[in-house]
Amino acid sequence: MNSSSYDNLSFRQNRHKIRRAARHAFPPTIPIFAGFWFLGITYGVYMHVSGFNFLYPLFMSMAIFGGSLEFVAVEMLLSAFAPVQTLIMALMIQARHLFYGIAMLDKFKGTGLKKIYLIFGMCDESFSINCSAQIPEDIDQGWFMFFVTLYNQIYWVTGAALGGILGSLISFNTEGLDFVMTAMFVVIFLEQWLKEKRHYTAVIGMLASVVCLLSCGPDSFLIPTMACILLLLTLFRKPIEKAGDLT
Amino acid sequence: MTLPQQIITIALCALGTMTTRFLPFLLFSSRKPTPEYIQYLGKALPAAIFGMLVVYCLRNVSILSGSHGLPELAAILVVTGLHLWKRQMLWSIAGGTVFYMLLVQFIF
Repeated sequence: MNSSSYDNLSFRQNRHKIRRAARHAFPPTIPIFAGFWFLGITYGVYMHVSGFNFLYPLFMSMAIFGGSLEFVAVEMLLSAFAPVQTLIMALMIQARHLFYGIAMLDKFKGTGLKKIYLIFGMCDESFSINCSAQIPEDIDQGWFMFFVTLYNQIYWVTGAALGGILGSLISFNTEGLDFVMTAMFVVIFLEQWLKEKRHYTAVIGMLASVVCLLSCGPDSFLIPTMACILLLLTLFRKPIEKAGDLT
Repeated sequence: MTLPQQIITIALCALGTMTTRFLPFLLFSSRKPTPEYIQYLGKALPAAIFGMLVVYCLRNVSILSGSHGLPELAAILVVTGLHLWKRQMLWSIAGGTVFYMLLVQFIF
């Protein structure tokens, strides 16, 4: 076989591999499509009524790609310029991503250049799917995660831009649609729960969050929660490792 | 705010986000073996994180006022029930969400 036909063959195989991953990555992102279009459009409309044209939500959703911070950023843009405070705020709101990174250190290994995008686009939803999905063995893991991340960002960016363009024209009764995100996290939590024999870490996460939420309030409970989770996981390392649920 | 100030503000939000997303990967390079404690955390964290994310989604639900979190509780029970019954992720999510929308639009 000469080298050009060999290249051609491997190119075709590669394209086939990418296509398969692209197809399989779509179904798990359907709930996120619903949730992100709803939240993205809401965000775009919110920016529109705050006096920003659609380019703002478009570029902000591309560059930041983290829902809760983008909503806060609108308020930052409307108040006085405070760069240091802005950076600290951003780091605090997004601190939970540190945990996602630690959890994905192994899974992202060997994904080549795609790794940069996988990390860049690792929002709550992309992380949750990529971390919990049972990817069939004949599907390329790296490309699967790449497409999950890409689809999610496309939903979010198009939703935000659409909301910014249509602005106040949109009025349909979607009250309660945002619950789709809660429902998705409940299902992922449940799947994780069903996989384990003992539930030490799931209970630690729940309990730490509830206690910190009740004592610190909804706007500042995430960082104390993360600290509690780290502390408890460290203290109870022996029994947790003994339970044998960590794979 | 002037336009350059706006751009800086947006850039700083992006920088803060990317710092939190990239830091673990920069600290623990894939070329060197990851410390055992970090490997342990990587395995133990997901279940704890998913618990945290469920609570995070519900953080603005008030138990003491309004509808007392009843629609959320009922919808979560529906999601859980559907999922234990059929084990079909999309149906559990869709069923629970539609149920929640009906509750908050027509009952509460």
